[in-house]
Amino acid sequence: MKKKDHLELYRQMVLIRRVEERAAELYQEGKIGGFLHLYIGQEAVSTGIVSARIPEDRVITAYRDHGVAINCGISAKQVLAELLGKETGISKGRGGSMHMASVENNYWGGHAIVGAHLPIASGMALGDQYLGNKGVTICMFGDGATNIGFFHEGVNLSKVWNLPVLWICENNQYGMGTAVDRASAVEEIHMKAEGYGIPHSRLDDGMDVMKVRAKVAEALDFIRAGNGPYFLEIMTYRFEGHSMGDPQRYRDKEEVTQWEKTDPIGIYHRYLVDEKIASKADLDKIEAAVETETQEAVEFAESSPDPAMDTLFDFVYAEGN
Amino acid sequence: MAEITMRQAISDALWEEMEKDERVFIMGQEVGVWGGTYAVTKGFYDHFGEKRVRDTPIAESAIVGGGIGAALAGLRPVTEIMTINFAFVAMDYIVNEAPKMHTMFGGQMRVPLVIRTAGGGGRQLGATHSQTPDAIFAHFPGLKVVSPGTPADAKGLLKAAIRDDNPVLFIEHAAMYQVRGEVPEGDYTVPIGVSKVQREGSDVTVVSYCRGLQLSMQAAQQLEAEGISAEVVDLRSLRPLDMGPVIESFKKTNRAVVVEEGWPSYGVGSEVVTRLYEEAFDYADAPIKRVAQKEVPLPYNQALEQSALPQVADVVAAVKEVM
Repeated sequence: MKKKDHLELYRQMVLIRRVEERAAELYQEGKIGGFLHLYIGQEAVSTGIVSARIPEDRVITAYRDHGVAINCGISAKQVLAELLGKETGISKGRGGSMHMASVENNYWGGHAIVGAHLPIASGMALGDQYLGNKGVTICMFGDGATNIGFFHEGVNLSKVWNLPVLWICENNQYGMGTAVDRASAVEEIHMKAEGYGIPHSRLDDGMDVMKVRAKVAEALDFIRAGNGPYFLEIMTYRFEGHSMGDPQRYRDKEEVTQWEKTDPIGIYHRYLVDEKIASKADLDKIEAAVETETQEAVEFAESSPDPAMDTLFDFVYAEGN
Repeated sequence: MAEITMRQAISDALWEEMEKDERVFIMGQEVGVWGGTYAVTKGFYDHFGEKRVRDTPIAESAIVGGGIGAALAGLRPVTEIMTINFAFVAMDYIVNEAPKMHTMFGGQMRVPLVIRTAGGGGRQLGATHSQTPDAIFAHFPGLKVVSPGTPADAKGLLKAAIRDDNPVLFIEHAAMYQVRGEVPEGDYTVPIGVSKVQREGSDVTVVSYCRGLQLSMQAAQQLEAEGISAEVVDLRSLRPLDMGPVIESFKKTNRAVVVEEGWPSYGVGSEVVTRLYEEAFDYADAPIKRVAQKEVPLPYNQALEQSALPQVADVVAAVKEVM
């Protein structure tokens, strides 16, 4: 990896963090409605995953989607404008926090019904297989999604038809406020793939973006070689609550503090400096630029227009063929 | 014009669209090797091969969810849910995923998906396999719901559904595959969301669709012998619902009966009656009547089942009540 590529990944991780910190403030100010599920703490996962893909690889995820959106090329402006429900948002203010997608960037959302996007991922991979495309569909989901029926139908189909899908369970250890061992019959979630004859593994260090990237690249190569689906579980941790206003009675402060010591941005920062890939000054410069970009994005979002009232019925049905 | 069965008309539409467009393919339970539960896709597997005629697990979420994904990826899938009663286990995809995507992502995504399924009772399959829940699906904006009553409409509407860029639920009737009718030669489509006067008349408007259309047409024949001229309007699509021909007919006859096979509460009839009162109240010379299924889970026993389903005699009686 070249220095500039490292700096770009560092930039993305810091940008996700700053955008979400600002989003949390805007939520407290009452400017963002609905739910707001923050990705803070998990940045290394989506950044590592998306950095390993080729443009033909589709990415689809669940509702904790701001980070993935930024990794896939949606700008901070478009993310924040969407959170504020503005016409300039990536989904034109129709989707909100949980429904961000950019078809142009091969990023297919942003899905809010737990587990429902898994069969859809299999279908997209079927489309690529049918059309002879070389892309792999990368489907990310949380640990909680592996207990719902959709998961089993989608994963089973991918093996039955040998579809090019990379299943990635982001195990942040809680489905809302319910710990994995209280909801799943097996704690090692990747073992569920065994039941479908799908090769699988677990990456224990999901806080290290370089390790995530390497593991995902390996899995993508395996799938692209025509081996069918692969199942990867990545261990990570959600520093914030499930959504805003989560009292977090299900975990103690000590646990959170311990995990915060493994902040993915801090780990990557140390790695870049220790390995002499970048200087502290390089990284300071990126942080300052991200600060400015985020501030500008907030101003852009706040000054953007709401969708015009006469567009209410736009996009209910697609026109033409 | 050739006279063919409903089964043949639907099969021909699928075959012709698959010949025409490589992106069109079929996926569902037993659509391939078996040839379709109702033999609609008989011969398809041998001709088009397993890539385009795909047998799936008995997993409706995988069928419709997978179809949505394939549609997003640029294909034009025709998914099949063996009966509409099994659509409930794929409910999230039919009402909460496919119809939302175009809107929710600001117009970025299109879901050109057909979900074919068969509904209806009268075959002694018991309460869980005999339902006509069409109205439930017609409730959701973003989805199109079509349910033809003649072979000609079935063929033309299915072709239109396959060529449509939106998700379309295409509801057939399990007891109507042998129904025969004249079908135009060559390639044609019937527009979705356009009702049609299937029989002209002057004394009363009978509004219906699918199996209800058959009952209504038979009732109209009987009524004619008794000197009552019934105009029969076929909705053909439940969403978008075209009330134009219904209202026009009602303004002429000033009396109406709505016939459906599903339960009356919150049903298609309720919708049509409401809209008639909203848009043509002043034209009513009598309260509008609904003919529908009795409000019970359908029993297995043949006589009990038939007593719960709407019959031609019920339509005749309802018409006489509004005269």
